[in-house]
Amino acid sequence: MEPLTSALLYLDGVTVSFDGFKALNNLSFAIAPGEMRAIIGPNGAGKTTMMDVVTGKTRPDAGEVLFDGRHNLTRLDETEVAALGIGRKFQKPTVFDNHTVSDNIELALKADRRARAALVWRETAEERRRVDELLEIICLAAARDRLAASLSHGQKQWLEIGMLLAQDPKLLLVDEPVAGMTDTETRQTAELLRAINREHTVVVVEHDMAFVRELGVKVTCLHEGAVLAEGTIDQVSTNKRVVEVYLGR
Amino acid sequence: MRDVHGRVAALVFALGLILAGATVAHAGPYEDALAKFTEGSLSDTGDGINGVAVSGNPLAERVLAALKDGRLMFSAEKKTVYIQAKNGKLFDAFTGKPFTGKPPDDIDNVIVNNRLRNVIDADLGALTLMSRNSNRRFDAAQAVFRSRDLSVLPNVEKALAEETDPRTKRALEQARAAILLYDAKSSAADKIAATAVIGDRGDQDSLGLLDGLPPDLPPAVHAAVAAARASIAHTLALWNGVQNAWYGLSLGSVLLLAAIGLAITFGVMGVINMAHGEMVMLGAYVTFVVQQAIRAYDPNLFDYSLAIALPLAFAVAGGVGIVIERTIIRFLYGRPLETLLATWGLSLILQQTVRTIFGPTNEDVGNPSWMSGAFDFGGITITYNRLWIVCFAFAVFLALLAILRYTRFGLEMRAVTQNRPMAASMGIRTGRVDALTFGLGSAIAGIAGVALSQIDNVSPNLGQGYIIDSFMVVVFGGVGNLWGTAVGALTLGIANKFLEPYAGAVLGKIAVLILIILFIQKRPRGMFALKGRTVEA
Amino acid sequence: MTRHLLIRSLDRGAVTFVIVVAALAIIVPVLNLATPASSALHLPTYLVALFGKYACYALLALSIDLIWGYCGILSLGHGAFFALGGYAMGMYLMRQIGTRGIYANPILPDFMVFLNWKALPVYWYGFQWFPYALLMIFVVPGALAFVFGWFAFRSRVSGVYLSIITQALTYALMLGFFRNNFGFGGNNGLTDFKDLLGFNVQAETTRNALFSISCLAVVLAFLLCRVVIASKFGKVLVAIRDAEARARFLGYRVESYKLFVFTLSACMAGLAGALYVPQVGIINPSEFAPGNSIEAVIWVAVGGRGTLVGAALGAVAVNYAKTFFTGGMLAPYWLFVLGGLFVVVTLLLPRGIVSTLRHWTALQRDGASAAAEDGVAEPLPAG
Ligand SMILES: Nc1ncnc2c1ncn2[C@@H]1O[C@H](COP(=O)(O)OP(=O)(O)O)[C@@H](O)[C@H]1O
Ligand SMILES: [Mg+2]
Repeated sequence: MEPLTSALLYLDGVTVSFDGFKALNNLSFAIAPGEMRAIIGPNGAGKTTMMDVVTGKTRPDAGEVLFDGRHNLTRLDETEVAALGIGRKFQKPTVFDNHTVSDNIELALKADRRARAALVWRETAEERRRVDELLEIICLAAARDRLAASLSHGQKQWLEIGMLLAQDPKLLLVDEPVAGMTDTETRQTAELLRAINREHTVVVVEHDMAFVRELGVKVTCLHEGAVLAEGTIDQVSTNKRVVEVYLGR
Repeated sequence: MRDVHGRVAALVFALGLILAGATVAHAGPYEDALAKFTEGSLSDTGDGINGVAVSGNPLAERVLAALKDGRLMFSAEKKTVYIQAKNGKLFDAFTGKPFTGKPPDDIDNVIVNNRLRNVIDADLGALTLMSRNSNRRFDAAQAVFRSRDLSVLPNVEKALAEETDPRTKRALEQARAAILLYDAKSSAADKIAATAVIGDRGDQDSLGLLDGLPPDLPPAVHAAVAAARASIAHTLALWNGVQNAWYGLSLGSVLLLAAIGLAITFGVMGVINMAHGEMVMLGAYVTFVVQQAIRAYDPNLFDYSLAIALPLAFAVAGGVGIVIERTIIRFLYGRPLETLLATWGLSLILQQTVRTIFGPTNEDVGNPSWMSGAFDFGGITITYNRLWIVCFAFAVFLALLAILRYTRFGLEMRAVTQNRPMAASMGIRTGRVDALTFGLGSAIAGIAGVALSQIDNVSPNLGQGYIIDSFMVVVFGGVGNLWGTAVGALTLGIANKFLEPYAGAVLGKIAVLILIILFIQKRPRGMFALKGRTVEA
Repeated sequence: MTRHLLIRSLDRGAVTFVIVVAALAIIVPVLNLATPASSALHLPTYLVALFGKYACYALLALSIDLIWGYCGILSLGHGAFFALGGYAMGMYLMRQIGTRGIYANPILPDFMVFLNWKALPVYWYGFQWFPYALLMIFVVPGALAFVFGWFAFRSRVSGVYLSIITQALTYALMLGFFRNNFGFGGNNGLTDFKDLLGFNVQAETTRNALFSISCLAVVLAFLLCRVVIASKFGKVLVAIRDAEARARFLGYRVESYKLFVFTLSACMAGLAGALYVPQVGIINPSEFAPGNSIEAVIWVAVGGRGTLVGAALGAVAVNYAKTFFTGGMLAPYWLFVLGGLFVVVTLLLPRGIVSTLRHWTALQRDGASAAAEDGVAEPLPAG
């Protein structure tokens, strides 16, 4: 099938309503391959819902979501979306608490996901090397044998990002990665994301304006389920309507 | 003076006896007919029945009624006939006066067979056709309809001419139609008209009547009969449907009663209360205890026993519920599977406690007078206890809706359901709301138990029978939605009863369970699921 | 490959468990058969049968622990798989009776003759052959679990919803098997067995053999579970248990994993039922009662879910207590004890005995880092 668009992720007219309340209202935007995009917006703007739609968790009532110009994501479920190469970090850090840090990464490593394969799987040297490498990247090499449950909040966020990397997806969706982090951690995270962006397309949802500024990428501001403004952080943050929304009217 | 009075009385008495004797001697048709009963052969008895019936004697009805019940006695030797009252006392059938003295040695009851019983029914019917009580006239007309005895046709015609009550009049017309249809001598036109009347009646008896007709009918009559039969079959199918719907409604309201408390604890708090059935059981036992107390202290209050039991059951089950919530369940919030296990354990303990106190057998819980009996509604019979339970279920449901919607507690409860942390930060004491909610759910189970004690065996296992069905109702209807529970209960009740005739009770139940399992595949959150994050936790 | 996994999957507790059960499989028959009845060491035959029953319960508990402890699937209907395995074995045993039944019908079991049936129902065909019956012991519960699980997991029924419909499942089966026209002996079930593979089921030697085979089954099932859990498949199971959504977003087809392990577990339960029936001499529909299934869950909870060893020990311990109570004057109190067990374990001992002990010893050794050793049971799994 010929790609219908050159965008890696393309949303068009997506509407989601919950019991009559429109969480997404005719939302459209596009992410180019290799881009990093920050999505901001006040609480309840529909940022998480947008990710739910992209990853197959929520079926939109109307609209189209295309990945790579050819895959209609609205018809796929989470597993199929993941198999296409879309990774997602949840707003609330979600790792496998009862597995060690290295097992968490190992479970996320790109491999045959079928049950049959998992039954006879054996770790290869290459995989081991990759795990070590990823643990270095997310600064958790020292904690490799600790249970994920014992990690701090910030470490869990990183572990989750590490798991995303292990998946080696084409597109990473990162929901509020610096929530609850110290300033240093926030800066490190921005750095990490920029590093990731060298090889992957990334969509970051965040509240923290300082962090978004740190990223220094194109910003899309959502409000009440639709795009309110788009541009550089300076353009967006001086946009009258954005200011209105953030500061109240 | 007193002596004189005594003598006069004796004289009058003696005269009376002579007169009585004279009437025996001057036998009328009634007496002749009565005498036939002393012959002892069935054919004589038959003649006697007809003779008595047409005699016009006011005692005729009593004699025939006694004969039908096997209470007519005779002595072949003395040629006397007696009516034995239900309490065993003997009355002279000739005079109707109490019989004193020693009964003859060879006294025996007059024997009748089924054919004669039918004759008696018809004759009794004819006799009461002229009764002053319209209900008795109606019953008599029905009896004639069933016996369709040609000999009573004149009585029917006569009664018909005088009848004013429309219901009885219709019954009489139907009785006449039945007789005419079976009368070989009546004209084809009469028979066709009669067929139409029978067809309008449209019940199982009419169908039986038409089915029993001899095959050699004139073609026109035959066609009319066939048409009437089809129409009756249709009517019957309709009533059959109504009957199933009623049974379904009745079962549905039982399910609703059992499930509605669960809908609250499960729906609002997400707590799986496996001991819910035991709350129902407690309510039933409260009823039992109340009735025992009434029987012991003031049996006159028996009709009020349920009214007394309701608030008590509410309090007892609600209290137990609150205690359970405060001592066990509140430590298990957010761990639904563990709650399930713990409450199952509780259910075992509650059952065994009741078994220890009251014993393992069924207790005798009675129906108050206003809940016993039944009435006919069109082609179906409705028992009062079922009817009351349906009404009660809906009353409870509406009351609960009102509590949730219009009271402060209801508001707090909804707030906690929808967003617990937010409700807490608004100053709602969620702990208290939880305890009261659980208490309310349990209390409603308790009053459901009062109602269910009227139709189910009250034993320690009572609750077990309801728990799975109740969960099915809640899951099917959609968690967290009272309307869903009501619709779910009624749907399941009706589905069950409509499947039963095809599949049998047990297979019907299995089919419903399988349907629910399949349904949950399609809509894992039930029919009326809340679509929100709250339910995803 | 498998050997490697097997070795990797055994820790000290597991090895001890295997050795103890294997030793029992030998010692118990020796004490029963090779010692004179007067000897102090002699083990009466009724105890052999009782222990055999415990072994079957332990196997059932293992099957429940495999799905509940490691995948978070709380089945309240595992008694159904147990009973189906039992019925498959019972059907074989019925066909072995042959002309020795009351009605001496060579083909039809007594209850069918009694019901005036003329021919054997089709689904009874083949059960006179042991290999076929053996196959059915696994296939019937497995197929039911597969079909049920396929529906349930595909539409993401989970948590308490799943528990409740599994309970409804066993309830529906109970109602069905109570019916005479289902062709499984109705109320009375299947009983009056004569022999199994030509050995008299009542004979002492047969009972001892059945006991040993049950122990062997426990050992094999245990090792199988360990292998599964130690594999990456097992890690995915635990991942699903703790964060199902995360596992999905990583691309794991959660329903396939659940379906596989659920079916495997049902087959184990079926085997347990099949070994149980010749030892108790009867199978009837009350085995399907929802109460039985939920009772089996509490064995696992008592022993400690997600530990396997604990599940097996829990089954034996609770059933020993049951035998102790229901045998004597304390019988009326048994339900209080059992009910109390449910409450106390969930409230005070949510890890169960074995993991609590492990937890303590781990704490005594050196705090948190050692606790990681037994990653699966620590910390408390949610739900
Ligand atoms: N499953 C759901 N059911 C009901 N309302 C929802 C659901 N998911 C999201 N919402 C509502 O949709 C709106 C958008 O939510 P969300 O996407 O989480 O916002 P954000 O992530 O931008 O803070 C919110 O008002 C939220 O309450
Ligand atoms: Mg969000």
